[in-house]
Amino acid sequence: MSEYKRPLSEAEFEKNFKQKKPLMNQTEAFYESSRCLFCYDAPCMNACPTAIDIPLFIKQINTGNVTGAAKTIFDANWLGNACGKVCPTGVLCEGACVYNLQDVPAIQIGRLQHYATEKVMREDIELFRAGEPNGRKVAVIGAGPAGIACACELRVMGYEVDIFEAKEKPSGLTVYGIAPYKITNEEALDEVEYLQKQLGFSIHYNHPISDEAALKDLENDYAAIFIGVGSGPTRSLLLKGEEKENVVGAVEWIEDLRMKHHELYVPERVVVIGGGNTAMDAASESARMGAKSVILAYRRDKERMGAYKFEYETAISAGVQSWFGIQPVEILGNGKVEGIRFVKTTDQNGRLEIIEGSEFDVPCDMVIKATGQAKLGGFLKQISGLELDSRNRIKVNSTTFQTTNPKYFAGGDAVNGGAEVVNACFDGKMAAKGIDLWLDSLL
Amino acid sequence: MPDLSINFAGIKAPNPFWLASGPPTNSGYQVMKAFDAGWGGAVWKTLGVPVINVSSRYGSINYRNTRMAGFTNIELITDRPLSDNLKEIEEVKKYFPNHAVIASLMVETKAEWHQIIKDSENAGVDGIELNFGCPHGMCERGMGSAVGQEPSVLKTIVEWVMEVAQVPVITKLTPNISHIVEPGLAAAKGGTDAISLINTIKSIVGIDLDTFVPYPVVGDKGTNGGYCGPAVKPIALEMLKELAKHPEIKHLPLSGIGGIETWRDAVEFILLGAGSLQVCTAAMHYGFGIVREMIAGLEQFMVEKNFETIEDFKGKALPNVTEWKHLDMNHKVIAQIDSSKCIGCELCYVACDDGAHQAIQLSETIGVRVPEVIEENCVGCNLCALVCPVEQCITMVDVTTNPTEVTWEEKTEAGKVPTTFDDDLAGGKHHYVPTVEDALKFRK
Repeated sequence: MSEYKRPLSEAEFEKNFKQKKPLMNQTEAFYESSRCLFCYDAPCMNACPTAIDIPLFIKQINTGNVTGAAKTIFDANWLGNACGKVCPTGVLCEGACVYNLQDVPAIQIGRLQHYATEKVMREDIELFRAGEPNGRKVAVIGAGPAGIACACELRVMGYEVDIFEAKEKPSGLTVYGIAPYKITNEEALDEVEYLQKQLGFSIHYNHPISDEAALKDLENDYAAIFIGVGSGPTRSLLLKGEEKENVVGAVEWIEDLRMKHHELYVPERVVVIGGGNTAMDAASESARMGAKSVILAYRRDKERMGAYKFEYETAISAGVQSWFGIQPVEILGNGKVEGIRFVKTTDQNGRLEIIEGSEFDVPCDMVIKATGQAKLGGFLKQISGLELDSRNRIKVNSTTFQTTNPKYFAGGDAVNGGAEVVNACFDGKMAAKGIDLWLDSLL
Repeated sequence: MPDLSINFAGIKAPNPFWLASGPPTNSGYQVMKAFDAGWGGAVWKTLGVPVINVSSRYGSINYRNTRMAGFTNIELITDRPLSDNLKEIEEVKKYFPNHAVIASLMVETKAEWHQIIKDSENAGVDGIELNFGCPHGMCERGMGSAVGQEPSVLKTIVEWVMEVAQVPVITKLTPNISHIVEPGLAAAKGGTDAISLINTIKSIVGIDLDTFVPYPVVGDKGTNGGYCGPAVKPIALEMLKELAKHPEIKHLPLSGIGGIETWRDAVEFILLGAGSLQVCTAAMHYGFGIVREMIAGLEQFMVEKNFETIEDFKGKALPNVTEWKHLDMNHKVIAQIDSSKCIGCELCYVACDDGAHQAIQLSETIGVRVPEVIEENCVGCNLCALVCPVEQCITMVDVTTNPTEVTWEEKTEAGKVPTTFDDDLAGGKHHYVPTVEDALKFRK
């Protein structure tokens, strides 16, 4: 049985979705920062996709230069605050901390990062200014982490930047897709507002770029275009009965959860299909929303799950049951989902085989499909000369992030197929430098 | 961005952070790496007749989990041939013409001084530093602190140097002396262009409890070393202040040395009159990269305080350092405990009750561990706030009731100070002290 009571108010929602990395107080930040060894060629820094100078910012916190610490962080990563909260630090910086080798707890780098950046955001301390206007204009498609990072970097160099966002809020998955116990909506939005106030890029909300005409307009009006559109909707499983009511995609459902909080109703019995981090999030979130029974169903065995071990443990500790080696064959029910028919599988050296005659039915009231997102191949194919790989990911130069259509640059999930916020931040920043380099080369 | 560059007695550097003469400046390799990492200058490991060193050489005080809170060494001056050092100095200056390279020198005779100054200048040094400080080894041979402890000898050698030196001369002083002003004055009178301080403090850093040999252990013996690192900073600050306030010395540029590891330390030295900063132990502990934190922090401090150059705040704390007799006796602070932050360790209680003035009591409510300040008994000594492990939990609040300043000197002149053993004017006359019985109430 789930340990969480169905949240009926925002306060109860916040209780069930208590922040896993809460803000440190001054005492905690002082003691924690005192522990840092200031390693040479620091493994934590090498493990950070944006290569933040972690020993430096921790030393700065320790010596009372918290503003300087925030500057060090934002210099490397424009969404330093969000990344402090949402990064899987256990497999990145903190996982690389040398203390691990002596079974001493790793430095809580993510929380220290959040501590420093939260301070400058709360006190509205100006760290950056837009560069002298250089007369160049760049359009950014998508106000997610990649797009925001690209815009910030371009503004520092003096570019005029217009971001076109299909939704009504910025931050992409940081607001719409990440588990609410990792970051609150306010925290994610505050950071973009903090950056926008200093750097002054424009975001055009509810302004999707979806057809050739819109693309042509951008091509005419802007010197370069950055594509930071992320991934598409949840991919169809092509299952019989998939169209039934209460069969939802994880990405869409989590977006609903992030926007509606306690007002989203989650029925009693939930089955989540998938073995990745999004499946773990959806399962954990369903349990925290008060579902009586949450079953995580993965078609292979536990070791083959794509999810991080800590994400799996988070789900299990929220009361989720995990069933391995089963694959859905049909969604049952009359209009509304009433159950799923599964078949057992066996793994023959990596090749999944169905065990004939092993079908069984599991009654449930909702099915969440966390089986991957479709790529926005249809949209991307409208850009002339833009090559995609076999999995519909945009092909880019690995240092400049320029696509095969020289006017377009791209980064984030649309390029890597779905990674962390911190990877998108890195891509966006690098693409901005790539854009600058390319435009200079045309002179 | 503030301008960190300095002109110290004619020696120019992009920032005030110099490596002090020591192991980190033993070679051109190290100095170039350091400049590349951001250091503004380097005082080369002392040149002279090369020595032979022993093994081992360093020892340290680990304060709980803090390594090298204090550090000691028994290493002597350079053990490399002079020509190798000079060749590398020349190379460094070629790559880094705008960084300060200063040769630290230690020789015996007048002729040797004249020769080595000429050789150093030919190699392109921006300045020279006279090492009158090392309190181990070299002093046994009449050099280092043996010179620094004899003001008349020190003055004579400075005069020899000034006869020939074409580049600015910094005289480095030893703290192993009863009053730093004496060698300071001797250096000034000898005509030095600047003074740097402090060199290391004569010390025994510890003893091996199994072999009874002092650290650092050399076979079955040890010797006193030179103590440095964060632990010596307060001593260095005091001595710097003494020179920076002295009417016959204060005109000289002063280079601060002693336990500088963070931007805060750097600012403190500058506020007490230092025009450049020398660092050794921090670089030995963390490598040259530690300067990143110092530079970033110094810049941030200057931005926040609206200082454009180092000169803008050099010596700004000096007017506020005075003698005890000039302190305001009407100023009064008392401790205040923020019960919402208190974690109930009761360290403030026991510190005050056993170690200070019995002005904190435990709560009478069972289960409540937040102590209470007995305000009428609190003398405002700071001890509770110093031992409190929580940031901003115990603060000292100004409760001055008489805003008129009055000093001991003024009180003495007005005849308002105690003069007899049982004088009614005794400051602690009405201070409450628990009874002797209270002291033994838990005795079994």
